[in-house]
Amino acid sequence: MDAPVIDLLQLYPRDMNIYGDWGNVLVLRKRLALRGYEVRLHEYNPGDTFPEQVDLIVGGGGQDSGQNKIQADLLAQGGRLRDLADDGLPMLAVCGLYQLFGHRFTTHTGEVITGIGLLDVETVGGPTRLIGNTVLDSDEFGTIIGYENHSGLTTLGAEVQPFGRVTKGDGNNGTDGTEGARYRNVIATYLHGSLLPKNPAVADFLIRHAAERRYGSFNDVPLDIPHESEARTDAAARPR
Amino acid sequence: MKAVARLRGGGSALPGLVAEKIDPQFLPRTLGKLPRGVVVISGTNGKTTTTKMVVELLQGQGLKVFTNRTGSNFTRGVVASVLGDSDARGRLDADIAVLELDEAHAVHFVKLVRPRYSLLLNVMRDQLDRFGEIETTAGFLRQIAAATTDAVVLNREDPRILALANAVTAPRIDYFGLAPQLRHMFPHDDEMRNAVAAGVPGAEAAGTGGGQPEGPRADVVLSACEGSAATFQVDGRGIEVELKLTGVYNVFNAAAALVLARTVLGPAVDEPALLASLENVTPAFGRGESLTVNGQPLDLVLVKNPAGFRLALKSFPAAGSRTMIAINDNYADGRDMSWLWDVDFDSLRETGVAEVSGVRAQDMGLRLFYEDVPVGRVDTDLNASLHRFIADDPDTPKRIYCTYTAMLALRRELGKLTEVEVVS
Repeated sequence: MDAPVIDLLQLYPRDMNIYGDWGNVLVLRKRLALRGYEVRLHEYNPGDTFPEQVDLIVGGGGQDSGQNKIQADLLAQGGRLRDLADDGLPMLAVCGLYQLFGHRFTTHTGEVITGIGLLDVETVGGPTRLIGNTVLDSDEFGTIIGYENHSGLTTLGAEVQPFGRVTKGDGNNGTDGTEGARYRNVIATYLHGSLLPKNPAVADFLIRHAAERRYGSFNDVPLDIPHESEARTDAAARPR
Repeated sequence: MKAVARLRGGGSALPGLVAEKIDPQFLPRTLGKLPRGVVVISGTNGKTTTTKMVVELLQGQGLKVFTNRTGSNFTRGVVASVLGDSDARGRLDADIAVLELDEAHAVHFVKLVRPRYSLLLNVMRDQLDRFGEIETTAGFLRQIAAATTDAVVLNREDPRILALANAVTAPRIDYFGLAPQLRHMFPHDDEMRNAVAAGVPGAEAAGTGGGQPEGPRADVVLSACEGSAATFQVDGRGIEVELKLTGVYNVFNAAAALVLARTVLGPAVDEPALLASLENVTPAFGRGESLTVNGQPLDLVLVKNPAGFRLALKSFPAAGSRTMIAINDNYADGRDMSWLWDVDFDSLRETGVAEVSGVRAQDMGLRLFYEDVPVGRVDTDLNASLHRFIADDPDTPKRIYCTYTAMLALRRELGKLTEVEVVS
């Protein structure tokens, strides 16, 4: 019998892939494979044809130049991505894509970059970069460990929940203690490091919803990944 | 002013700081007197080795060369080096200064002293937690290019370096480059994901790869590189050399050094002497250093960013060697571990990695697990790992990929082993 297939789409890997976003894809693919799924990996770059079957979407951060390259295309795909999110498709948007999933990003020079409004968040460019090891607390995922590096300051609207509460680091804006945003099965965050290798609960949330949405069930085999918990402990103990 | 130099202790910046405060014109005045001016070398990867090469190439042509000591690539460090080397009247006995400068600090330096020549090597993701973004770093190099008065030497193969040409105000730009068949060895950061995807079974979308236009004519092109043997195309002539440097990135930097030396020397260049000097250059401290332990070679390979790590893995075949990786995340290494996820480790799958160590050994172990690379031991205790690494398989050549502070610690520990002999 053929293994069930999960179609995993990377959004804009050419222009929005920095700070180890590839690690998130590697982890999703491996954790799915270990549970008997075959992963079909798709890349979507500006101008490409959007694949017909998509079960899980991941996208990362980019330099400002990368954001400029994808913005028009992202706006053109906005309706489709909003519909998929509302339909429960799991997505992970890190850093730059998190910002562009919001309503708008106003840079520190006053330029307004329109986002797709998939998330009820808004970002303004800040005067300094918020950088360093970061630890969050989440009811949904437990302790979340990552590394933040952003100058945008993001404020959450009423339609989204925070991804976590900062126990170390600055988070969305350095003031309200929130980090990232949650909406339906969408997770958006400033955390990289990469995020998923050291946060298996988050990876499995995405995988579970991808499988359940497509097949109605998830083959939830517990995984024992070497060095995973030790890497979490060591990272959490490092200086900012 | 000379008395200030005696303040120098372990660190190199303190006397520089004092001199800077007492006499801000010290550096421009002293370096401004040099008959052949100042050369600035900057970029993310390869500064130290390239500077060493340029210094030795120019010395081989009979020039007296002043250079800054390793680790003092900040303005204050340069002031300290100048203080240490100048006579009682503040004169530097040199024809030319060749200075390795950190990108951000080079910007301050060129405001004080306009270089006659500059060599800009590459812009890679490196310690983004310090500079924020790669474009910021490119902006620093742009200011160096703009401040240079006579000639700027640029890497034709790095799109961000190539783009600096329009900032150059000097009358001359010279390029170093790679022949098309070698370009795949140097995927740029922007192409990295496609390079990674190319090796991924099941990846559906093809990378864009290749298709890069030829670009401007390069003065020196690296056209072949096999171990320590290299062929350069110089003015359309193929020149074969046998270097003491290994690693294709070091050899590419040799092309950069050749262009710069030829630019500085002009028609007076003694080419046979130039090539002889090049063949004698040994790696800089910690950059591909080769030690001998128990009669077996032990190579220390410094890795500090994804591009450098990928190049190093491509340069040194894993087969026949025992491999160790040591990853620290101290300030000088960069605290962010994300970069490890952008390095392709599949070349280590066959041999595996005997020891994974350093402060972030567990992160590295996790990274290798997700790449299906077998790992012997993961241990944050660097010295314990090192001793096991040597003792468990004494009769095999060894290679350690290490971050900067891990390398310093490993060297200290290796120095305690009486059987360690520094061979180069």
